[in-house]
Amino acid sequence: MSSRASWRETFAEEAIAPLVALGIALVVGDLLILAYGQAPGDVWRTLVEGTWGNAYGFGQVLYKATTLTCTGLAVALSLRAGLFNIGAEGQLAMGGLAAALVGLALPASTPLAIAAALATFAALVGGGAVGAVPGWLKSRFGAHEVIVTIMLNFIVLALLNWFVSARLHVPETLHTPSIRAGALPRIAEWFSAFHGSAANASLFLVAVAVAVVSWALFRTRAGYELRAVGLQPDAAEYAGVKVGRVWTRAMIVGGALAGLGGINFVLGYKGYYEDGFSGGAGFLGIAVALVGRNHPVGVVLAALFFATLSQGGLAINATVPKQMVEVLQGVVILAVAASVPEVRRILRQSVRGR
Amino acid sequence: MGTLLFLGQTLRIAIPYLFAAAGGAIAERAGIVSLTLEGFMLGGAFGAVIGSFYTESAWMGMLCGALVGLLLGAVHAVASIRYRADQIVVGVALNLFVVGATRFFLQLAFDSSSNSPRVAGFGGEGASGNAGAFLANPLIWLGIAVIPALAWLVGRTTFGLRVRAVGEHPVAAQSVGVPVTRVRYAAVLLSGLFASLGGVYLALDQHQFTDSMTAGRGFIALAAVIFGRWDPKRAGIACLLFAAAETLQIRLQAAQLIPSQFVAMIPYLLTIVAVAGVVGRSTPPAALGKAE
Repeated sequence: MSSRASWRETFAEEAIAPLVALGIALVVGDLLILAYGQAPGDVWRTLVEGTWGNAYGFGQVLYKATTLTCTGLAVALSLRAGLFNIGAEGQLAMGGLAAALVGLALPASTPLAIAAALATFAALVGGGAVGAVPGWLKSRFGAHEVIVTIMLNFIVLALLNWFVSARLHVPETLHTPSIRAGALPRIAEWFSAFHGSAANASLFLVAVAVAVVSWALFRTRAGYELRAVGLQPDAAEYAGVKVGRVWTRAMIVGGALAGLGGINFVLGYKGYYEDGFSGGAGFLGIAVALVGRNHPVGVVLAALFFATLSQGGLAINATVPKQMVEVLQGVVILAVAASVPEVRRILRQSVRGR
Repeated sequence: MGTLLFLGQTLRIAIPYLFAAAGGAIAERAGIVSLTLEGFMLGGAFGAVIGSFYTESAWMGMLCGALVGLLLGAVHAVASIRYRADQIVVGVALNLFVVGATRFFLQLAFDSSSNSPRVAGFGGEGASGNAGAFLANPLIWLGIAVIPALAWLVGRTTFGLRVRAVGEHPVAAQSVGVPVTRVRYAAVLLSGLFASLGGVYLALDQHQFTDSMTAGRGFIALAAVIFGRWDPKRAGIACLLFAAAETLQIRLQAAQLIPSQFVAMIPYLLTIVAVAGVVGRSTPPAALGKAE
């Protein structure tokens, strides 16, 4: 088998399931639209026009995809090491708060480049610290990371809720005062067509992160070890890889990537930390990683897809309740999860039958 | 009297946990990861309100809620067992799906994004303080009975033995003639049924459905299952413990001794400590989450 053919087969194996899922989601969406007494064709058209059909809608898609790329990478990277990181929600929130704290602490005269760099670093550290807990508990005590990350989400979110409401909020709100330094420019400052959309310079920082993760995962020794541990921890251990250390590191880096997503809202959009800003983006990161097949490029595509759904919900809300897209998100995830093993089985069988 | 009120309030808070923990324990003992408890509960609550609204009978509401639970359990089972989907992902997907679907159909049925109209339920107006209404609610009694019943089912019956075998070593179970797939299907369907009743209780106690009304209770129940080391009786005790902490927090709220957020963390912190094995390690069933 030439390497090209195997590349093509791998691609087919990974791409078929998301396409099947998309088909199922379209059918379910049709049914929901019909249940609401609307014409499916019109609603889908509105959805596409409201997202990719104009600069504002597209800007909103880019904004939402930026956060989802971060949480998707957080889940994908950990999964490559064989760990399931359900904690992106808490990691994202902690990253956002850390960025806001730095933005609040720095004097307003701090040059943007320095302030933004420090706040971004803080977001990475904040998310990474939350990720370190399950990583360490896993390698030190063998505590199952799924359980720890689920529970830790609730703990972190409660802690942040307490901290903001008890210490730092603007009266009558659940957000901090506006940051003094480090606010990132919106895309609209360069392209006026994007006016009003939340897309901002975080986009470029996250694009760099995607490139770095791709490089590190596939072109460095650490990335190789990480993938080896994910495929076969015992074999990796035997080959001299310190599995526990790789696990801890993968969770820290994963957490840091999720935390990075916090700058999109805090530095790029609102200019403050707000309780609950993560709004499920951490959990959707699981979907993004799954549909993106744990590959950085796939993660970006999947993030764009889920961002389109989410923004599209707002576009169609006048005719069909926007909650339709939440149903479709669930359907897509379920369908991908169910069809991946099935597709793999069928493909393997057809290969054997040849 | 004060103690009695405290116990009553604790029990009221514990009932949904007890139902959901029973659902979590049976599925996980059979080797199927149960992150879906929250979705089962929310679906059950919505089904109960829809049923009660259209039939004007709380009992029919209960039946409808239970049916929704069974249906969601069936989806979970087919995806995890027939299609061998990752059970954690299935759980996350179903939870998202149920939140979206209940919101969508809330809009469709009642033209509201936040709550349903008032429907027939168990217990009269202001049931919270009324001991008579409290005792007349059949779901209270069912909730009290569900854990002992499950302990008996898992610990003392052939089915329970099979569930445990399937969760610990499915290959060995298969080799002695246990129908592994069928036992797992049954366990997940029961899980959907039990957990949905927790949501049914919430909805019929409050006489309405409100958006995301289960508010993470399914995850507290999951924490109770893990903290209770996957044993029904211990999980039940954990539910009561968590509910008592919540009651205490409500009682102490006026005094402002500790922030409520810290009390809310207790179940999750205890669970992490338990899985880390600092005090008496909590070990899951050996085949938990493995499709084969």
